Amino acid sequence: MDPTQTTLIGLRDAIAARKVSATETVKAYLHRIDRYNPPINAYHEVYDDLALKRAADVDAGNIKGPLAGVPIAAKDNMCTSYGRTTCSSRMLENFRAPYDCTAVKKLEDAGAIILGKTILDEFAMGSSTENSAFGPTRNPWDRDRVPGGSSGGSAAALAADLCAGSLGSDTGGSIRQPAALCGLVGLKPTYGRVSRYGLVAFASSLDQIGPFTRTVADSALLLQVMSGHDPLDSTSADIPVPDYVGELNQPLTGVRIGLAKQYLSDANDPVVAKAIDDAVAAFKKRGATIVEVDLPHTQYGIPTYYIVATAEASSNLARYDGVRYGHRTEHPEDLIDLYSRSRAEGFGPEVKRRIMLGTYVLSSGYYDAYYLRALKVRRLIKGDFDKAFEKCDAVLCPTTTGPAFRFGEKTDNPLEMYLNDVYTVNANLAGIPGVSVPGGFATVNGTKLPIGLQLLGKVFDESRLLRLAAVIEAEAGCSAQRPKL
Amino acid sequence: MPTAADIKARLMVGMEIHVELATRSKMFTSAPNVAHPDYFDAEPNSLCDPVVLGMPGVLPVMNRRAVEMSMLVGLALGCTINRKTKWDRKSYYYPDLPKNYQISQYDQPLCIDGSVESPVSDQPGAATRTIRIIRAHLEEDAGKLLHEAPGGFAIDYSIVDLNRAGTPLLEIVTHPDFDSAEQVVAFGQALRNICRFLGVTEGIMQKGHMRFEPNINVVIERDGKTYKTPIVEIKNLNSFKALHGAVNYEYQRQIDEWLETGVVMKAGAKSTRGWDDTTGSTFLQREKEEAHDYRYFPDPDLVHVVVDDAWMARVKAQLLELPLAREKRYIETLGMSVKDARALIDEPRACLFFEAVLAAGVDAKRASSIMLNNLAKRANERACRVDELGISASQVKAIADLSAADKIGSAAADDLIGLCCESANKDADPLKLAEQRGLLQVSDDSALDEWVQQVIAQNEKVVAQIKAGKESAIMSLMGGVMKLSKGKANAKVVQEKLRKALLG
Repeated sequence: MDPTQTTLIGLRDAIAARKVSATETVKAYLHRIDRYNPPINAYHEVYDDLALKRAADVDAGNIKGPLAGVPIAAKDNMCTSYGRTTCSSRMLENFRAPYDCTAVKKLEDAGAIILGKTILDEFAMGSSTENSAFGPTRNPWDRDRVPGGSSGGSAAALAADLCAGSLGSDTGGSIRQPAALCGLVGLKPTYGRVSRYGLVAFASSLDQIGPFTRTVADSALLLQVMSGHDPLDSTSADIPVPDYVGELNQPLTGVRIGLAKQYLSDANDPVVAKAIDDAVAAFKKRGATIVEVDLPHTQYGIPTYYIVATAEASSNLARYDGVRYGHRTEHPEDLIDLYSRSRAEGFGPEVKRRIMLGTYVLSSGYYDAYYLRALKVRRLIKGDFDKAFEKCDAVLCPTTTGPAFRFGEKTDNPLEMYLNDVYTVNANLAGIPGVSVPGGFATVNGTKLPIGLQLLGKVFDESRLLRLAAVIEAEAGCSAQRPKL
Repeated sequence: MPTAADIKARLMVGMEIHVELATRSKMFTSAPNVAHPDYFDAEPNSLCDPVVLGMPGVLPVMNRRAVEMSMLVGLALGCTINRKTKWDRKSYYYPDLPKNYQISQYDQPLCIDGSVESPVSDQPGAATRTIRIIRAHLEEDAGKLLHEAPGGFAIDYSIVDLNRAGTPLLEIVTHPDFDSAEQVVAFGQALRNICRFLGVTEGIMQKGHMRFEPNINVVIERDGKTYKTPIVEIKNLNSFKALHGAVNYEYQRQIDEWLETGVVMKAGAKSTRGWDDTTGSTFLQREKEEAHDYRYFPDPDLVHVVVDDAWMARVKAQLLELPLAREKRYIETLGMSVKDARALIDEPRACLFFEAVLAAGVDAKRASSIMLNNLAKRANERACRVDELGISASQVKAIADLSAADKIGSAAADDLIGLCCESANKDADPLKLAEQRGLLQVSDDSALDEWVQQVIAQNEKVVAQIKAGKESAIMSLMGGVMKLSKGKANAKVVQEKLRKALLG
């Protein structure tokens, strides 16, 4: 069998049944990486030797677990005690962490093999990977188009079968949007479900690690392994982790699917609108009730998000000062010169823009008008969802208004790029889980481009969310489709 | 220009006090805390981990013990403990602050609205006055920036030691309730005693365990009008001498400045000054115009601190009698001298040992005598604390009982105390030790009579003097008997026998 052309669970089972060895698996993926990574630029760094050594350990029976031998890619903002953790930034170009990101460690403890680290928008700030200091990642479905962002490298790596599953982080849609644009399942768990320890912070109250997979079942498996309380992250929830994989098979009865007019605007591509209709029909066919819900504060999501996220980012990124690690300017004249030139040289334009925005909204005299007000609106947005979830179990909506856009299409106007997150940011502001599932394809100039549907659920209700996602997956039937490289 | 003779001036001081808490680990990580005695002598930059260094992706985790210690101090200062508080980030760039923000508490401090009785001076029996506490909040300390290399070598750059970075720091802020440098110092000392009694800090001033920042201005009356001089904050005073000097210097300086310029206080016009120990004067550090915008906002990496009833009760159970009340009780109830009482209060752990001795049933007079003589002497010799000598309270009680029953003399008691201190066996029975070492007194008549007769026979001259009326010479004969008995004769009985034999 070709280990690179199956599902994550399929591959896991094949390795366990010794139909294919972990070593063969890793070699097959490394071979594909050699061939396809240069044009796609999904990986920034690949750990050939380490991966092969771990594969040999799996084959020798020294490493066991529910993910034994499964090759995974991690976004390059997750610290590992091997290799570098760059955040696709000049600032951390040579940074080596002496510790491991908890989520990555949990996958490894379950037997997974980390193949390498993937490109992102610098410090996860962006929606296209065009903000990477090490070049953008290209969408495997059309290399003239973006893979989405900020976890574009992880999405593209999986879409191109350069790994069997991958990790992203989602602050305003950075898993769900690239999943949609690359034809994958992308899950942002409830805030607190997965530890943030070792994830380089962009906006701490919004960041959450989650998986990219080909199937909903694969997503359930990775979520199950990664979830749980971490004593090193005070904001990780001390709530038991359900058997997400096992519960996938539980029947859905009396399901209520919510539709919100705020997400069904004319701006949506007709293909997206049709995919929503098809999903609604599929849910109805299975006995679900469709209810209309109102999320009146949705339109304030983007401005609220860009205040909260930049405020936190301006503080989180203050530590990159050239004093202890990271980029340091040469021959600084004095302390202030050391700070300002190290940061001017180390950060790209989008990161600087957000640091300035965030610094501004927290400044004395502006705090109340911006940050404090944004926190209030954030509560209203959360209140919208609380109310909606009294009437429904999940909200069905698009992940993005349309398929992947071309490189450079939105780089001239940061605001237009920000609006790309319009359907995804509110889940982060509310702390609720969201999953993007492949919903079909748009054909643009003869090229097939994936689009995604999104389900938003109650906090810690991932189990039900995944079961609902499986309905769309079965109906759309596109999870087995792969781009022609 | 008005002159000093035309005015009436009154000093007004509010205090900010930073206390380094002696938890084992730091405020937000498990790295060891330099303010804990086990780590006092740690090599520079050896008490670091990724959290202390502010590395990417690491997260703070709150030290609950530090919160408890702060609650204890808050309760001792009569504060209300906020049942729900949060953590905020205070942003500024400095190389000793690895994250370039400090985790602190901005608008919801752990402790608020307290008041405490403080002596107006350190004179015995000084009156007290009420000092109102605005707040006490918890934060993390910064590291240290050094401008010369270890050993005092000159360097043309700065180096940083992050051992102190992340040490739990309690900041206590008072109302401007002080009007003399003596009061300020007495309060600082009282607060130090409280914190040391509660076991929340070692309170070693030279190590910066307590740092004082007085906010000073002067209220001046002239021709029936009142003027207030601009408020000055003196940073980082870490000795009572400096505190005293800085407050007094600033008082005079502000009066002089007002006489010269007439400049008065306006909202927000607080300048910052430093204290030069060698010249005994303050110097300007920062005017208001240069003040930072700290951009406080709630730290999203930490959750709210919720103090529930059970936690509150557990902390309250750790409260103990505060030093001022304790000193009063020692003097008034136990009849101790002010000097003795203060000597005990000054060393909280020794004082608690003293309480244990009392609790074991030793009377106060004998207990304080053993503490302040026999034990203090040994502690001094060994450069340790009384409670570290190795003797237990029950051993002290047994020795005190032997003395009270006249079974041992004072020299033997001291020997026994020494033996107990040196013995590895904390349960060693002092009576058995006394028997083994032959320290029990001889009160047996025939033995004593024999020694008495022998001494009388050998000292005809002295005997004659005594018989002639010089009674005090009996002491010399007693010395002879003690020598013969190798110190074991019961002195009281010997004296009676000598008197009876010579004076009838």
